[in-house]
Amino acid sequence: MAAERFPVEEGHVMMFARAIGDYNPAYFGEGAIAPPTFVIADMHFDPESGLRPHPDRQWHGSGKEPTSRPPEGSGGGGGGMGLHAEETFEIRRPVRVGEVLTKTTRAGESWEREGRRGGKLHFSEMLHEYRDEAGELVITARQVGVRTERNPDA
Amino acid sequence: MTLSASKLAVGDTHEAVIVEDLKRTQIVQYAGASGDFNPLHTDEPFATVAAGNPSTFAHGMLTMGMTGKMLTDWVGADRVTFYGGRFTSQVWPGDTLSAVATVEAIREEDGEHFVDLTISTTNQDGREVFSGRASARLDA
Repeated sequence: MAAERFPVEEGHVMMFARAIGDYNPAYFGEGAIAPPTFVIADMHFDPESGLRPHPDRQWHGSGKEPTSRPPEGSGGGGGGMGLHAEETFEIRRPVRVGEVLTKTTRAGESWEREGRRGGKLHFSEMLHEYRDEAGELVITARQVGVRTERNPDA
Repeated sequence: MTLSASKLAVGDTHEAVIVEDLKRTQIVQYAGASGDFNPLHTDEPFATVAAGNPSTFAHGMLTMGMTGKMLTDWVGADRVTFYGGRFTSQVWPGDTLSAVATVEAIREEDGEHFVDLTISTTNQDGREVFSGRASARLDA
């Protein structure tokens, strides 16, 4: 997967800190650092992120109708997009406002197990590395997503 | 704020209420800041009528982020070296969440001191919504 540029901006860190209800002065202003989970917000810089609407593409959120697209594989409430099951951050040092990180992503393991209410659960792992302008590793993130398969008898 | 290895013991805990009566507006704020606009989290007609849920529900990462405040308020915002966990149950608008960190180990590596913690976030019914671990650098 291509490397992704992730500029760490003061206003972005401020909005993120407010959203998690954390008004620690360390996260505000010039010279701020970012909260430990902030790199998840790099999806704003992913040109193809499926988690926001794009011009000329159908978006499944409500408008005239509750959805413009029936959710696929949505048993368990995933709405066709899957759900986040696990997240892990290995943090070498805090992310700092003003730096530009570069992210590289690779697929990890994938596995299946039976859900409690029948139907298979599909798990898949993604591994992300965030490096600074000097090429030093700053954060490694591991994400596990889960998709459910509707039980045909349910 | 920072913690000292000499003042911590295995079994010590730190607990905080991380949100009371979670508002949909905060979930919308998190969607905007994180970039995760999955309508399951922010769009009531989609979440209920189209997807069959009782209401919208919070991003797992919002719970993890709010839980992180409990962690960094205790160990220091610049001291966390590891933070991870599983989203074990959904968080709904109106939920009140408490998070607790428990000291599992205090260790020294290359002259630096670290604490290993287990993290658990529960809702008003005592149901765990996030189960994790963290590590942080300590003063001596």
